[in-house]
Order: sequence, then structure tokens, then C-alpha cells
Amino acid sequence: MTQWQKVCSVDDLQPNSGICVLIADQQVAIFYMPKEGAIYAINNYDPFGKANVLSRGLCGDINGQPVVASPLYKQHFNLQSGVCLEDETVSVRVYPIRIDNGSVQVSLVELVS
Amino acid sequence: MSNKQKLVVIGNGMVGQYFLAGLVNQSIRDAFEIITFCEEPRPAYDRVHLSAFFSGKTAEELSMVSADFFEQHAITLHLNDKAAHIDRENKTVTSAKGIHVQYDKLILATGSYPFVPPVPGHDRRNCLVYRTIEDLEAMAAAAKTSKVGVVVGGGLLGLEAAKALVDLGLETHVVEFAPRLMAVQLDEAGGAMLRRKIEDLGVIVHTGKNTSIITDGEQCVHKMCFADGEELETDVVLFSAGIRPRDDIARGCDLAVGPRGGIVIDNSCKTSDPDIYAIGECALWNGMIFGLVAPGYAMARTVIADLAGNVASFTGADMSTKLKLMGVDVASIGDAHAKTPGAMVYTYQNGASEVYKRLVVSQDKKYLLGAVLVGDASGYGTLLQYYLNSIELPENPDALILPARSDESVGLGADALPMAAQICSCYDVTKGAICQAIEAGCTTFGGLKAETKAATGCGGCAALLKSVMNSELSKQGFVVNTDICEHFAYTRQDLYNLIMVEHIKTFDELLEKHGKGRGCEICKPAVGSILASQWNAYILSNEHLGLQDTNDTFLANMQKDGTYSVVPRIAGGEISPDMLIAIGQVGKKYKLYTKITGGQRVDLFGARVDQLPLIWKELIDAGFESGHAYGKSLRTVKSCVGSTWCRYGVDDSVGLAIELENRYKGLRSPHKIKFAVSGCTRECAEAQSKDVGIIATESGWNLYVCGNGGMKPRHADLFATGLDKETLIKTIDRFLSFYVRTADRLQRTSVWMENMEGGLDYLKSVVINDKLGLCEQLDQQMQNVIDTYQCEWKTTIADEAKLKRFRHFINSDQPDDQVVFVEERGQLRPADEEERKHFKLVEMV
Ligand code: SRM
Ligand SMILES: Cc1cc2nc3c(=O)[nH]c(=O)nc-3n(C[C@H](O)[C@H](O)[C@H](O)COP(=O)(O)OP(=O)(O)OC[C@H]3O[C@@H](n4cnc5c(N)ncnc54)[C@H](O)[C@@H]3O)c2cc1C
Ligand code: SF4
Ligand code: FES
Repeated sequence: MTQWQKVCSVDDLQPNSGICVLIADQQVAIFYMPKEGAIYAINNYDPFGKANVLSRGLCGDINGQPVVASPLYKQHFNLQSGVCLEDETVSVRVYPIRIDNGSVQVSLVELVS
Repeated sequence: MSNKQKLVVIGNGMVGQYFLAGLVNQSIRDAFEIITFCEEPRPAYDRVHLSAFFSGKTAEELSMVSADFFEQHAITLHLNDKAAHIDRENKTVTSAKGIHVQYDKLILATGSYPFVPPVPGHDRRNCLVYRTIEDLEAMAAAAKTSKVGVVVGGGLLGLEAAKALVDLGLETHVVEFAPRLMAVQLDEAGGAMLRRKIEDLGVIVHTGKNTSIITDGEQCVHKMCFADGEELETDVVLFSAGIRPRDDIARGCDLAVGPRGGIVIDNSCKTSDPDIYAIGECALWNGMIFGLVAPGYAMARTVIADLAGNVASFTGADMSTKLKLMGVDVASIGDAHAKTPGAMVYTYQNGASEVYKRLVVSQDKKYLLGAVLVGDASGYGTLLQYYLNSIELPENPDALILPARSDESVGLGADALPMAAQICSCYDVTKGAICQAIEAGCTTFGGLKAETKAATGCGGCAALLKSVMNSELSKQGFVVNTDICEHFAYTRQDLYNLIMVEHIKTFDELLEKHGKGRGCEICKPAVGSILASQWNAYILSNEHLGLQDTNDTFLANMQKDGTYSVVPRIAGGEISPDMLIAIGQVGKKYKLYTKITGGQRVDLFGARVDQLPLIWKELIDAGFESGHAYGKSLRTVKSCVGSTWCRYGVDDSVGLAIELENRYKGLRSPHKIKFAVSGCTRECAEAQSKDVGIIATESGWNLYVCGNGGMKPRHADLFATGLDKETLIKTIDRFLSFYVRTADRLQRTSVWMENMEGGLDYLKSVVINDKLGLCEQLDQQMQNVIDTYQCEWKTTIADEAKLKRFRHFINSDQPDDQVVFVEERGQLRPADEEERKHFKLVEMV
């Protein structure tokens, strides 16, 4: 069973941009596109730049895939799968996320597994 | 037991690894169980770019092998273990650590070692070589306690090593036995020009010197004594006197080796034992050792084909080279020394700009046999293609080396190349292969690189690849795509016009009317910049925030560890002691690393995102404003001291610089813009290297435009002379407005003007003579930006809601625990990866 944990409220999100939350010692970057009603969560650590910065990247889409571009060296990561578009052998972790009644929730079970 | 054949590779250097990486992609891979011995403590790394280690590249970054390569491809790797003996009769290899393996096929890829001349004293302390990462570590350690360094050998590698010594801060000498530098590649005049250029960089060159002994020095650790009686004291000696093939293991099992070393191979790269191959720098083919990677790669491909049962042969390799040595372009092609009978020579020498070029052509002047280029190697790609493909030369071959007159073009168009022409020598990619990839639908530069691998090695072929791509695309009827990205089928200029004419105020509105998808990191900042140039609204308002480049969203420049730098504006570089103290106090309080920038102001580094508003609050209270160091916008207006103090000053350069900086601050533009104002023709502010440069003269201000430093420096062009201040400002207003409207994204003024049909004259006709009748609009556009200026930091710290974003975590006050500093020269800097392992705690302010 998925166990959802509240991390913040919808008002804390930055529309069409990212924020970062701390949960169970992990840094999770959350991107919110209100127009599409989409919300994504990936790990905040940029494996190329080796710093916790992905939440501060620009987001958008490439060939229909939702992506964030790393602010350091501009690699793109697919927000649904975490896979890097420039180097498919590299990916960042993705987390189940949902908005429930104005509260933003991330699944903990996935986090622990 | 499997019935697979055993394939053993000795040596996991550049060529050994290239072989493995190539083999695992082939179907014959499954026929083999693969084992490799790697003597070094780490698998293959990019030796070609070894020197980058000194500019901060780590061993991991230089690695040519992904972490799981061996595991993923089921290759047994014996790391840090040297293959010591081959038993050809029983077909076994025994390693230094005692590992014993059977082989069916054996590949020797043992590379070479640096030759150290056996002069007495060559084995003293800090007498080093330049081949492995460990060598470089030893050099860096030696440099810490040294003042003087000598490189023995003035060839390619020796000069590269000299550069490393210079970078390590040593007084650097190069000692060469031959009468000139790079004797193999350059002729006498070329060598002399190179020497001058290298001496200009502070390296002391000694040619025709034969070292007879190295003994104790008086001022330094060592004294080198030369055969001619001269002496040189030094603390470090770096031998770079050539390479020798590592053929010891082949000698040990009686494989044929050359009289001066090298494992003899035939055209299929087999040694004298048909089950043993040799590839790379250890192999001797046709009496030659190839000290470059590309021939080694070609040998590796030959062996892979041979193992697969295909006919393949190695037929030698072109040894032409182009490099940037200590910032000096040097290239050598083919028969540089004109040894071919009947060869004719053209030379061009420009003492003033230190350029030397030489062409060697066949007797009938039809074909290029060789070339030498020093100081300007821009013609290398074209010449190499003439040479490699025996393309007939133009009627006057000297046109190829004479400086281009503006009305003629001598470059060899990509069209002229035959399909067999090799475009990328690192990965052996021909023009034909590139055209094929394009036909198969690969129409972007990045796509072509990924598909063909061209331009992914040394990168030297990138320009040529691009021109082949563009010419093929237009031949196939593609209009070379100028769309800004997949979301908008428009150029930046089109978008500007749409936004202006239709009064579009937000990205969403533009996307809805004229675009598709959600946008990306290309179109969003470009549109954000246009909206700001045109309407100048607050860039962090909700509808604009997501458009800004990362730096703009936090109004600061992100550094490598995710912290930020803070740059307050110091208009014209003028600052009172009190203001300076105020900056100092902020820097001290927040423990920021402080540095004077190249733009005459102060940069404070290492601020965490949550500290930015606190820091800016204090700076603003002290009277500072944002310096827009993060924006594509006006950066600085540099000034010299000018007539106020300087005995030569003709006019008040500081006063004008401050006025201009305040006028244009905050202007968002396609790329950053830099100005400078000098008080007289001595030009201490370097105005002629700026987008806008102004120099005071007796008869008024002279205006220069479209210069820049950076990657491709360009001197500014004189635009108007003898202007009074009012006319000067009006001219700059119009010039900038026109640039902002019509340039491409990330196009500096220089490239913008150069790409404009009619160039400078056209620009003058628009800005000065109002040929398009636009000037009034351009004036208004600028006036609007000036009237609506706001300090973005001031607006931001006044807005509680905006400040919420300036936290690392939205749900916790904890800072990022990856941010760790260490102290160096009395200030903080980001810890490197090694240091990070030892500290986990962030020091809190
Ligand atoms: C701080 C500074 C170096 C210093 O310590 O002196 C600097 C630092 C950076 N420069 Fe620079 N440049 C600095 C003066 C220069 C100069 C000299 C000058 O302005 O007189 C040049 C050459 C002159 C020119 O631009 O024409 C210069 C040419 C570049 C370039 C190459 C531009 C080009 O057209 O080729 C880049 C890359 C770019 O902009 O795309 C760059 C980019 C950068 C970036 C933004 C790289 C980055 O993305 O991290 C650095 C960020 C600084 C920061 O975090 O605060 N920097 N940079 C200087 C800041 C000046 C200032 O007060 O604003
Ligand atoms: C500073 C520098 C700059 C260079 N710049 C350029 C350049 O710009 N362009 C260019 O084309 N070339 C350049 N080169 C040359 C290029 O690096 C070599 O041509 C290339 O590395 C040769 O590859 P290789 O695999 O044959 O040898 P190596 O890369 O030397 O690999 C051989 C490996 O085999 C190992 N080995 C040897 N014997 C054994 C054994 N018995 N058992 C196990 N392992 C063993 C060695 O330790 C080594 O790791 C440069 C070289 C240096 C040092
Ligand atoms: S440019 Fe002229 S006025 Fe300015 S400092 Fe130099 S000499 Fe003096
Ligand atoms: S020639 Fe080196 S990457 Fe193409």
C-alpha cells in the first residue's frame, strides 16, 4: 500500500517552477504545472554537477516529455522517469506524488524501499 | 565450462579501452570470454586531455569508462595488476600478482613510456615524467615546495608540460636538444615564431642544449650542466624527451620487435604470432610508431574486424596535428619539411602579429603536400581536406594562407569534399556517414554527434561537421532551421515583433497564440528577456518567474556547489571608503569569499540561498543596488580615472561611465552588454574590447561598438567621432534598442553585427542616418526601460511572499548539508569531493 505523507501545501508550490522539500533525510524537488494539473517529484541531487540544485532548474517539455534542465550544466531529466535525456545510463530517483485537498503528499513507502 | 574462446587484453589505456568498447557492441562479442589486465590503479582515462587535471578536472571526470562497464559487459578486469609473462607455447599469461590465465587470442595494448635520457642524476628527487595521473600528482606535490621548473624536451608534449609548470606557478624553462622547438612538426621559421610566442608567455627557451649531468644546486635543489659549459638551476626536472614503446612483455616471449623497439605488426595488426595482436603506441607498423590516439583507434577497429572474420587492414595514418599550446595555435600537415622531390614552398610571415604559414605543394602546383601554421591555425581544416583528399588546389595556392581580403572567400566549402573525406579522425567518420545520418532524419548538431560520434573526441572537427551539416541540409531542401526551439516556429526577432505588435505581456499568452507544448529552457528565458526589454515588468512576478534562467530566479549567480555569489553594482568602479567598508562588513558577517572582479567591482561568493535576502537587505540599507551579474543585461561600465586625476585625461571618464551605467542598468538584452569609458587615447579602460566603448578626445567623445573579450575576442569598430554627450547618449540608446530588437538569443553585439547584411555600414545607416525611419521608436523603447527601472532586490526583499522562495527546503529551516566549505588563504571555498567525505557539518553563521 502506498503511504502518503504530507510535505507542504499547494500554496507553497511555485507554479511552472520548482521547490525543494526535506523528507526522511532526502531532498525532493517538486515541480508544479497548474495548467496541465501536473505535479512531479524527483531527487534534488544533480549527478553531473554533484550538488543539490535540480529544484532550481528551468522546466518545460522536450518531444512531449516533461523535463527539468539542470541549472549547472543543463542536462535534461525526464520528470516522470528521472532518466537523463543526454545520457540514458544516468537517472535521478522519482517519487510518487499527489495533491489531496490542497495538501501535497509524497509516498514514503517508495522512499524507504 | 563454457566453450567460449578466451580473449585477453593486456593494457587498459586509451586504445585497449577503445578496443573493448568497440568489441562489446559486436555480435562476435558472444564468442569470447574477455579478460583484461590494467597495470594502473584505475581503468582507462583520457590521456590526451591529461593536462586538464591541472585545471581542475578530476580523475573521475577524465575516466573513459563508466563505473559499471566491466560488470555490465561481463569483462573480467584485473586492476592494478601488471601482466608479467606470456607463455606462447601453453598460451597463458601470468600477472605480477600471480594470476594465471589461458588465452586463445591475445591483444597487447601496453602503450609507451616516457624516455628519460640516461644522464647522471636523472633519478634525483623531483625528476619526473608526464604520462599518468600519478605523474601529475607527483608534479603538483613537487611544485608546492619549488620555485623553478625545467622541461627537458621542446616537442609537443614538452610544451604541454611547460604549460602545466607555468600554471603551477613555477618559473619555467624548456631545454631542447634540437636547434628549434617542435622539430618534428615545424620548419625553422615556424619553430622560431613559436619560440617567440612562447617566450612572450614568460617561458624561457633554451635550444641546442645537451644536458650532461644533473647535480646539487646552490639556489635550487638541482643544477643542470650542459655540454656547452652553461648551467641552469632548478627545483623540478620534467623529462619529456620522447616516448618508447612498452615492448618488454613481447621481448620476454620472443615476439618480433623493431631494432629501436616496438612490437612488429602486419596490416591486420598481428604480431609474429598469429594469435597475438598489438595495437596502439606499443605497435610498430611499417617501421613506424604512432604517438597519437587516432591511429591506435584505427588499429583497434582493424583487430575487431579481423576477429569477426572480415577483411580489414591498417594502412598507416595521417600524422597531421593541430593544437593549442599555451594559447598558441600550431598545426602541421603532411610533408611539412618539403622533403618530396620537386616540392614547391609558399610562406607567409607576419612579424607584427606573429603569424607564420607555409604551404608545400607538388611541382605542378596542383596538390597540397604539407603545411605549417603557427599563430593562426584557422585554415587547418580546409588545408587538411585538400591534403587528405588530393583535391586540386585553386590557381593561386597562396590565397590559402594570405590573410582573407573581405571580398573573397578561400575556404573550401563542405560541398567540395568527396564522400570518402574523413571529417572526424578520432572516430573515423566520413562525410558519407554524416550525410547518411542526415538522410535518416538526424538534422540537429547534437543529434549528429550522438548518432555518428563525430566531434565527440578531441572536438577538433566540430566546425567542419557543422558546415557539412548545414550544406547537406540546405542541399536536401531543408531550410536550415532558424526556429528558436520546438515550441515556437519563429526566430527571436520574429517573437520580438509579435510581442511588440500584438502587445503580448506574458509567456502563456504568446504560447497560446503562436506556440505549442509547454516551453523549455531555450524559449522561456528568451521570451522572458524580450518581455523585460519591451515592457520591463518585475521579473519575479508570478507570471514571469518560471521563465527566468536559474540565476535570475534567485537574482544571484549559482556556483558549482549550489551556493550563490552576490555582486552589488559599483557604477563606473567608483566607490567611497565607507561603501567599501559596508561591503566588507557584510562579507565578514556572512563569511563570504571576497574577490575583485574583472569588471571593477566586488563579488561575494558562497551565500546559501536562504542567506541571499539577509545579505541584500544589509547591502540595500547601506545604499547598494543589484549589479545584475546574473542577468543577460548591462554588466559594468568600466572606467579609467580620467581627467579628474590623471595628468593625461582629456575628459571626465568616470563621470560619464557612472552616468551611462545608471542609465542602462537593468536593461534586459539578448546577451550581456559591457561598456567602458577611457579618458584619453591611452585607453586604460580597454574600451575597444567592449560592446560599447567610449574614448575622450580633444574634439569630443569617440564611440566604438561591437567589441568583446571572452571566447572569441574582437576589437570594437569605430562608429562615430567627436560627439557631444547628448548625441553620444542618443546614439547609444538607438544602438542598444536596435540590438535588443533584432539580435538572436545569446548573440553578443559583435556576432550580431557581423551576421547583419551590410555589417557596420548598414548599422550606421540605421542608427545614425535613420534609414529605416525607426529611430523615434528606438528612442521611446529605451526611454521606457529607463523610466521603469527598479532594483529587483529592493522589490524582492519588500515582498514577504517572494521571500518564501529563498529557502533551501520549503518545509524545513535546515540548510543543504552538501554545502561544505574549507579555508584557503584565509577565506572559505567549496570543499572538493575528497574533503567533503571528511566533513559533513555545515558551518552556520
Ligand atoms: C566574476 C567575473 C570573474 C572575476 O572574478 O573577475 C566573471 C565571472 C563569470 N563570468 Fe565572466 N566574469 C567576469 C568578467 C568577465 C570579462 C572581463 C570584463 O567584463 O571586463 C570577460 C571578457 C569580456 C567580455 O565579456 O567581452 C568575461 C567573459 C565571460 C564569458 C565569455 C563571453 C563571450 O562573449 O565570449 C562568459 C560566458 C557567457 O557569458 O556565456 C562569462 C561568464 C561568466 C560566469 C557568469 C560563468 C557562470 O555562468 O558561472 C561567471 C559567473 C560569476 C559569478 O558567479 O559571479 N564571462 N567575463 C567577472 C565579473 C565582472 C563583473 O563585475 O561583472
Ligand atoms: C600529456 C599527453 C598529451 C597527449 N596529447 C595527445 C593529443 O593531443 N593527441 C593525440 O592523438 N595523442 C596525444 N597523446 C598521446 C595519447 O595519449 C596516446 O597516443 C594514447 O594514450 C595511446 O594509447 P595506448 O592505449 O596505446 O597507450 P596508453 O594510453 O599509455 O595505455 C597503455 C596502458 O597499458 C598499461 N600497461 C602497459 N604494460 C602493461 C602490462 N604488462 N600489464 C598491464 N597493463 C600494462 C599501461 O600502464 C597503460 O595504462 C598525449 C599523451 C600525453 C601523455
Ligand atoms: S586613459 Fe588616459 S586619462 Fe585614463 S588613466 Fe589612462 S592615461 Fe589617464
Ligand atoms: S577529430 Fe577529434 S573529435 Fe572529431
